[in-house]
Amino acid sequence: MAAEDRRDPVLDVQERDGALSLSGELTVWTVSQLPRREWQRIELQGISRLDTAGALYLADRRGEGAQVDGLTEVQGQLLDAVASSIPKPDPAPDAAPLWRRVLETVGQQVMSGLRYFHELAEYLGRFLAALGRSFRHPSEFRLTSLVHHCQETGLRAIPIVTAMSFLIGVVLAFQGASQLRQFGAEVFVVDLIAIAVLRELGILLTAIVVAGRTASALTASIGSMKMREEIDAMRTLGIDVDMVLILPRVLALVITLPILGLVSDVAGLFGGAVMSWIELGISPSMFLTRLAEINVNHVIVGLVKAPVFAVIIGVVGCQAGMKVGKDAESLGAMTSSAVVSAIFAVIIADALFSVFFAQVNI
Amino acid sequence: MSGENVIEVRGLRTQFGSHVVHDGLDLDLRRGEILGVVGGSGTGKSVLLRTIVGLIRPPVGEIRVFGQDVNRLSGAARRAIERRWGVMFQDGALFSALTVRENVEVPLKAVPGLSDEDRARLAELKVSMAGLPWKANADYPADLSGGMRKRAGLARALALDPEIVFLDEPTAGLDPIGADAFDRLIVQLRDAMNLSVFLVTHDLDTLHVCCDRIAVLAEKKVLTTGTMAQMLKVDHAWVHEYFHGPRARAAMTSGRGEG
Repeated sequence: MAAEDRRDPVLDVQERDGALSLSGELTVWTVSQLPRREWQRIELQGISRLDTAGALYLADRRGEGAQVDGLTEVQGQLLDAVASSIPKPDPAPDAAPLWRRVLETVGQQVMSGLRYFHELAEYLGRFLAALGRSFRHPSEFRLTSLVHHCQETGLRAIPIVTAMSFLIGVVLAFQGASQLRQFGAEVFVVDLIAIAVLRELGILLTAIVVAGRTASALTASIGSMKMREEIDAMRTLGIDVDMVLILPRVLALVITLPILGLVSDVAGLFGGAVMSWIELGISPSMFLTRLAEINVNHVIVGLVKAPVFAVIIGVVGCQAGMKVGKDAESLGAMTSSAVVSAIFAVIIADALFSVFFAQVNI
Repeated sequence: MSGENVIEVRGLRTQFGSHVVHDGLDLDLRRGEILGVVGGSGTGKSVLLRTIVGLIRPPVGEIRVFGQDVNRLSGAARRAIERRWGVMFQDGALFSALTVRENVEVPLKAVPGLSDEDRARLAELKVSMAGLPWKANADYPADLSGGMRKRAGLARALALDPEIVFLDEPTAGLDPIGADAFDRLIVQLRDAMNLSVFLVTHDLDTLHVCCDRIAVLAEKKVLTTGTMAQMLKVDHAWVHEYFHGPRARAAMTSGRGEG
């Protein structure tokens, strides 16, 4: 048989008073030209090739009461084999009414949302419990791992955080100057930059960058371990997963995020100072004098948020990593959902902080 | 069962860097037979399979499938040949984003004029022929056990009723009952669909139950081919060890007991 046969398979179809007579190739390539209706007789006259698709057609017609003639022995076997393995669909479950399905979906969504909070609380608890254990048994604490993760999440993030904050400072100075100049109040641009950067932007933007960088890295690293059953192996070997995986990662974030926030504050102020000097002629010494009059509370308000953001990012990342299943697809899905959730949670937390500080007048 | 060769490999040489895997390898697959390819780890059984289906291009040698040199073909002629074989990879190699039925439908999409319902129905038939229950149709590969993934992989390999099927370690990682069922399935499908099967395996039971002929890969070529009975008489240290070891004896007694 040559390959050319396959490109143009030929099936001859003739219909005569309720009987169908076929010759040529009855295969998946030709079967769709056959009429779908009931026949009393199907005569096969020299079918040179019959495959399962053709056999399925014949088996269906035979099931409707047609008589199939002219099969060779091998073709008959194929027809019987196909007929015996035609799948029987499982009975479909009764479709519930629309209102019920809507209610069900809503209920499931609500429950999965609640479950998510429940799990986040669980991982927060596991982190705190591991932290407590490490105070009681300092020998179990993995210092090397902590240092490694501090380097990964902290030191490596410094260039991007610095560059971002510097540019934010520049933008604030530039925009602030053009607005304030209308009132002849250019010098207040220093207050604008200082309060905006120190109180909100410095730490919030740093947290968002870190959430993007580190939450994804946490999910990917823990998730790939979960995928390869490394975490199960650790459990069977009696290794405390919380102590080994979760504590160093989250603690590294808690240590480095305030430092990154401080770096970000300094870079933002520096950017603002440079732009104020160029655009408004406010000399660096004048900038510093104005800066010294800013209430130190702004800095405290900014930096107090950092450890909280760090815990949020770490817990969200670790929880997502532990939820990864056995396939690579869930790793990708959980990684991107961890980033989105972490950023969203950080912004919500920031809003709550704003309300809180406004209420206590700081 | 005619003696016509559907695959002829002549003088094949494959190498990765300076590491030569095959050198001067000859192999035939006859129409309608199940050929078991065995060999120690690292003798290039899977490499041979991948070379024949064109995933690896050999620097030297000729691979003729249905009488045509596959490495000289291009475009339409090559695709026409590819439609006449199906490959089942070790872990099924199913597309993880698609359900089992959609996986089996992928090769069927190449058929012009086939309606969506017919395609789905054919896919379901193949899934059922591969011995999977109805509810597996809607499952994703991640939901299936290893044995079911292999069956789904086989269903996809059989989607277009190929004449040659390549199976890469079909029973590896299956429990003995599952492996035995899979062996029988291969023979059953071969009989029903008149397949020629190129079967890479380590499983001595599979060799006993399924294979008409066995090809032993060693010393960078096909050392010997023949039936099980002929293999037992081969005077080569490795072949002797392989077919006369304690596992081989156990497989042989159970194989005879059943057969």
